Amino acid sequence: MVAPNMLPGAGARVRIQEAAFDIAAELAALQAGDPRVGAVCSFVGTVRDRNAPGAAGSVQTLELEHYPGMTEKSIEAMVDAAFARFDILGARVVHRVGVLQPTEGVVLVAVSSAHRGQSFQACEFIMDYLKTQAPFWKKETTPEGAHWVDARVSDDEALARWGIAARNA
Amino acid sequence: MRVTVRYFASMREAMGTSSEVLDTAATTLAQLRAELMARGGPGAEALGTDRSVRMALNQVMSAPGDSLHDGCEVAFFPPVTGG
Repeated sequence: MVAPNMLPGAGARVRIQEAAFDIAAELAALQAGDPRVGAVCSFVGTVRDRNAPGAAGSVQTLELEHYPGMTEKSIEAMVDAAFARFDILGARVVHRVGVLQPTEGVVLVAVSSAHRGQSFQACEFIMDYLKTQAPFWKKETTPEGAHWVDARVSDDEALARWGIAARNA
Repeated sequence: MRVTVRYFASMREAMGTSSEVLDTAATTLAQLRAELMARGGPGAEALGTDRSVRMALNQVMSAPGDSLHDGCEVAFFPPVTGG
């Protein structure tokens, strides 16, 4: 439940939703007037209209399915792991599900800290973790039909840099 | 014991259902997967050992050797692709 006096986009630090997110509102809510914050780092994943080596326009829509309950719990655990590993002050993750169009935002990860280094690292850590451990699945619609997107070995390798075995792709 | 089995994404489509409740003699995730393969039907192929199948136990990513408990929720799904 979001209190009426909170900023738009405020609320739980992990949210799964169909609606688009407002990046400025999310970052403001993350900072929440905390005077200790000297750095806010964010990553936004967006829908491409092609999947390498596909041509422009080859992806018409992207549909995201997830495992309600497990998704939220798994990302909360990732955020906890980021707090344990980095000197950060706040974090939030918003991930969309449903049918999205090219150029739309899919995921927002934002982290605040006193200095930039820790929030840059924590943002990448959470994103690398999410790519291989959060239960989402993408289905692309192309002129040839719809198909499920394959997991990438490079995403497992990205998580391995943090000393965590992904065992996904 | 009785378990709830959930399927997602391509696994859900292949199995033709998003969940089922089963009485099983299996005590691990791997045994349950083998039992579902042996049952025949779409699971014989979709849960086959040549497929990349990920699994969760009570909504936590889990390994094939993890133990089942009465009333637990198991999920089988393909590698995840969010973000």
